Amino acid sequence: MKIIVVGNGMVGYKFCEKIRKKENAQHCEITVYGEEHRPAYDRVHLSEYFAGKTADDLLMAPKEWYAANRINLITGELVTNIDPSKKTISTHRGTIDTYDKLILATGSSPFMPPLHGIDKMGVFAYRTIEDLQQMEDYGRTAKKAVVIGGGLLGLEAAKALLDMKLETHVVEFADRLMPRQLDVKGALILKDKLTALGLHIHTSKSTKEVLGEGKINGLSFADGSVLDCDMLVVSAGIRPRDELAKNSGISIGSRGGIEVNNKLQTNYPDIFAIGEVALHQEMIYGLVAPGYDMAEVVATVLSGDNQASFTGFDMSTKLKLIGVDVASFGDALDVEEECVPIVYENKAKGVYKRINITRDGKYLKGGILVGEADAYNMLLQITQNGLSLPEDPADLILGARGANQSASGQGVEALPDTAQICSCEGITKGGICEAIEANELTDLAGVKKVTKACTGCGGCTPMVADLLKSVLESQGKQIKKTLCEHFAYSRQELYDLIRVNDIKSYDELLGRYGEGDGCETCKPAVASLLASIWNEVILKQSTIQDTNDRFLANIQKGGSYSVVPRIPAGEITPDKLLVIAQVAKKYQLYTKITGGQRIDLFGAQLHELPAIWEELVAAGFESGHAYGKSLRTIKSCVGSTWCRFGVQDSVGFAIEIENRYKGLRSPHKLKGAVSGCIRECAEAQSKDFGIIATEKGWNLYVCGNGGARPQHALLLVGDVDKESCIRYLDRFLMFYIKTAEPLTRTATWLNKMEGGLTYLYDVVVNDVLGIGNQLEAEMETLIANYECEWKHAVENESFRKRFSHFANSEEGDPNMKFQEVRGQKMPVEWGSVV
Amino acid sequence: MMETIDYSSFVPVNGQDVDFWLNVGNVSDFPDNGGLCFKHDVLQIAVFNFSSRKEWYACQNLCPHKMQMILARGMIGSQGGEPKIACPFHKKTFSLKTGECLNGDECAIVTFPVREENGEVYVGLAKMTGDVLQGSAIF
Repeated sequence: MKIIVVGNGMVGYKFCEKIRKKENAQHCEITVYGEEHRPAYDRVHLSEYFAGKTADDLLMAPKEWYAANRINLITGELVTNIDPSKKTISTHRGTIDTYDKLILATGSSPFMPPLHGIDKMGVFAYRTIEDLQQMEDYGRTAKKAVVIGGGLLGLEAAKALLDMKLETHVVEFADRLMPRQLDVKGALILKDKLTALGLHIHTSKSTKEVLGEGKINGLSFADGSVLDCDMLVVSAGIRPRDELAKNSGISIGSRGGIEVNNKLQTNYPDIFAIGEVALHQEMIYGLVAPGYDMAEVVATVLSGDNQASFTGFDMSTKLKLIGVDVASFGDALDVEEECVPIVYENKAKGVYKRINITRDGKYLKGGILVGEADAYNMLLQITQNGLSLPEDPADLILGARGANQSASGQGVEALPDTAQICSCEGITKGGICEAIEANELTDLAGVKKVTKACTGCGGCTPMVADLLKSVLESQGKQIKKTLCEHFAYSRQELYDLIRVNDIKSYDELLGRYGEGDGCETCKPAVASLLASIWNEVILKQSTIQDTNDRFLANIQKGGSYSVVPRIPAGEITPDKLLVIAQVAKKYQLYTKITGGQRIDLFGAQLHELPAIWEELVAAGFESGHAYGKSLRTIKSCVGSTWCRFGVQDSVGFAIEIENRYKGLRSPHKLKGAVSGCIRECAEAQSKDFGIIATEKGWNLYVCGNGGARPQHALLLVGDVDKESCIRYLDRFLMFYIKTAEPLTRTATWLNKMEGGLTYLYDVVVNDVLGIGNQLEAEMETLIANYECEWKHAVENESFRKRFSHFANSEEGDPNMKFQEVRGQKMPVEWGSVV
Repeated sequence: MMETIDYSSFVPVNGQDVDFWLNVGNVSDFPDNGGLCFKHDVLQIAVFNFSSRKEWYACQNLCPHKMQMILARGMIGSQGGEPKIACPFHKKTFSLKTGECLNGDECAIVTFPVREENGEVYVGLAKMTGDVLQGSAIF
């Protein structure tokens, strides 16, 4: 099959990319005709050209990409005629070419209003890189520039002119900026903000004439006023480039645009139109996202799947205009007048929010956000999915009353290309991204194989996964977060499946919702889910646990294990210290104080573990769960009981918290701390949750982290009493357990959360999702089901039997070797055994 | 550092040159979808009951990545249908059929044939040569 694509803009390019990804379309021969000399470039970010990007930076793909993908790219050649009966096209150079399928992606041109003098020197359109280059050349001698058009593109053009250090004016015919997206009040706030940034904005102005002798020197308006200027950029809308189609007998809408059906076919079924030139159900889409969607549909149809169809596109949009967040979603202007709006306006801060609620108060239909658009994704979800609203819908936009910090950008996107991601293999962010792009990798296994990242200690795996996701997203690909090849579900989906279907075992889940035999990724992940949901003793399904959970101890170099008894809040009696010392001496264990205020005993052999724990359990110790993705310790300072500065009993509260959540299985380990005063000696702000005493009560901080990328915890609520603090903690922890991806710490979870801390506050404190009681009840169940795993194991002969290196001998591993260092035993180096 | 020993002399090829079948116990001794380690003279052999596939596999207990006697405590699973074992230390995975490392590394492990008969499980071995027996411990 021979495909010709007319037009090499963003959408035309995207079509090429997408069809080359289709397995059934590999045999297609593809030729692309582009009228510009350059291959397709990113018009959406055109203003970045002025902010320092070069024309090459803006290319969608270099020329080599087309060759490598067997695409015959012909630039600088304009297709002038189509003969649908012969299936041929001809160009301005006289070339005649034949096709089986023809894709028209000719895009649009800027609409130039028929003003007197519009052809004068110094008047520009805002569309191509050439336009920008000419604007830039001309702008060097100009001082004052005007943009006609206060829509999205016009404001983008104004930003370009500001970047050129020109005095910049925007003239809009309507009574406000962005009339399609914003209402009067929202537009006023935007106007104020942009004015503060140095733009001069004139609304309700109808331009009459371009003044000047050959060269522009001003504009005159219908109201008689005149504005001096030496440069004009016109951004008054777009015109579909439908002239080629029109001259070739292809159906055109009465106001322009090539008419297409849901398969993007024109009246000739072998000719398709996509992007800004296509008129679909009386609608021209002037955004790139629907264009990409159309490209995907046609690529799918041509690869043989006739089910694909384009059924319209949601025009909700969120963007940063000259540094100001603007979002508009659903029926933003309430065109159908079926709603009652709720409006929040803060002129001092430059924030405007409006949500349109149906008259019965049940549904959200659309809205506008200016100056602060963090809630956009949440609101869009609620609108699109018809979710029910909280009792007071105003909570949706008033948000975090009481907590006004927001999670800063700590995601992988914020890292420089030189940042080292995998320190084992010395691989940088840039290296990983390049490998993903060059090899067209789509899954983590592929990235590991090509780059070797994550194959050492594996600590970088979550970051590499994030990078992969961000690269794929920048390529416009959808990523479904599936666990692994055995489960086509995300962790959150599996959580719900297990809960709703009352599934109690891995095999049952695999049988009903998985395929294959499982692996080292999904088994521990499901084991953790089962433990998080039912909190049954994990020994019952030992072979799906990671080795640490399987043997309830931490494996160390050489194959020995370490033992960590729980010492809540680090408070321990001398008698208990003696027991630990005796056990350590008896079994010749290396001892060390941990970072979590407890004592770690290293060097136990597998077969010794039950005997060691039998002694510890008899003395009243419980498992410290140092081996699990679960609550570790609640660190504390000594607090008001001893400390002359302390204002509350931090040790007492820490013990209560640690005993409350001990054994709680979670997506990753959990650490907490309680400090008795503002001096914060327990370092609570570096923990997953930290509590700091105040004169009036307690401040609760969440989502902090030490580790590879330290991050301070953020204040969730302040000056609350103990009971409220525990209630919010219950909700917070349960919400994390239910929604985080596997092996994601709370800090990363929050960084990735749409809406950040504001949204978390809405869920935990404002209870906008209405799940507060449910979260608390689920936590109560988990707490009620707690049982010390080691107590269970040592009291059960069949469990004890498993703790043995050999099945047919009671001896330990004869290869395990230790050496003496600083008066204690240590394992020998890797590989020096045998 | 570890001495180099030529293991191939006593690993039966494709279950062909088995000199004897070592009884490693009853099916009921094994955990479902899990493994046990057996000592046979200086050999350490990991034997896996892949019950979801109704299959048995055996391989060396030594993970060649960091030279650790550990694979029997690893987790079994599959990759595109290929049965595999993951080392608990650094999650290196190996085919239980061919012994090939599935993470693209060069190290591989040796595998042994396994047979189940009347509820008893047997691992097929070739006779150990004198050279091998002089090594201190293998696999």
